[in-house]
Amino acid sequence: MAKKDAIEVEGTVVEPLPNTMFAVELENGHRVLAHISGKLRMNFIRILPGDRVRVELSPYDLSRGRITYRLK
Amino acid sequence: MILAERRVTLKSRAQVETMRRAGRLVADVLDRLGEELRPGITTGDLDRVAAAMIREAGATPSFIGVMMGAGAPYRHTICVSIDDEVVHGIPGRRRIESGQVVSIDAGAIVDGWHGDAARTFTVGPVPPEVRQLVQETRRGMDAGIAAARPGGTIGDIAAAVEAVALEHRYGVLREYGGHGIGAEMHEEPFVPNYRGFGRGRRLEVGLCLAIEPMFTLGRAEVRVRDDGWTVATADGSLAAHWEQTIAILPEGPEILTANGRDVSLSGEASV
Repeated sequence: MAKKDAIEVEGTVVEPLPNTMFAVELENGHRVLAHISGKLRMNFIRILPGDRVRVELSPYDLSRGRITYRLK
Repeated sequence: MILAERRVTLKSRAQVETMRRAGRLVADVLDRLGEELRPGITTGDLDRVAAAMIREAGATPSFIGVMMGAGAPYRHTICVSIDDEVVHGIPGRRRIESGQVVSIDAGAIVDGWHGDAARTFTVGPVPPEVRQLVQETRRGMDAGIAAARPGGTIGDIAAAVEAVALEHRYGVLREYGGHGIGAEMHEEPFVPNYRGFGRGRRLEVGLCLAIEPMFTLGRAEVRVRDDGWTVATADGSLAAHWEQTIAILPEGPEILTANGRDVSLSGEASV
């Protein structure tokens, strides 16, 4: 099954938003809107403000992303 | 912007051996689906055949539960992509017709390790340029595999695949490509089918990759259909897709999704 190319960046969760979306501030200061990947959701990993996370950005819309990993 | 560290995992001899078993099962499944493929059968029928075979072998389909983009998880064992559909076509009630170009993609997990492969079949008679597209996409895959030697780079694979497409001016998909594979189906690194991103990561012994060119008779642009999965060419041109899982070993690349039978005959299905 082909993999979709995506840009991965790290950032910090700033605030939770409705519908399990989060505002995430990236290391370059940009803010993106990110939802949680299915795997994190399945494993009930809680994302809280201040958490460092890995975000997958779409090469087409760099203002939206998907949280794929919560960094320790 | 600091890019997150992208981890690759290198597999031991024992782990590669387990992946060989997963790969052999996937090759058997694709052989069987090639025999089943004929006008009138539905894509859902093919999916059920694959699911039963994988279950009987005590294995698990790789694709069920896969997430991509913001859509729902994938719920099927195989992907069946017809004509202008390139990859990730969802099996269902659609019936196979003569003259179609059908890509079938399957994956299985054996004892925790994945195998992933795809073949494109033509059903009944097709124009020579369509036949050639299917054959040359396969040749692109074979060229990519041959380039996957220890000490080389991901860029060597990409260049080898792209060179075949350039001979015929085929469209080469950009936003989808091959991938690392092992205990997860989609691992790092991403394996593009075109050049232009530098040399890329070095190929180390133990790295396992799915190499999968997606070529079109038209342009490279694709759109994801409303079902959230099916990737189809934006211009409606026909597409082909071949994939093998390989391991990079000290002596060179080894195809893991193999069962000793020749897949060169699988490029067409009889009517």
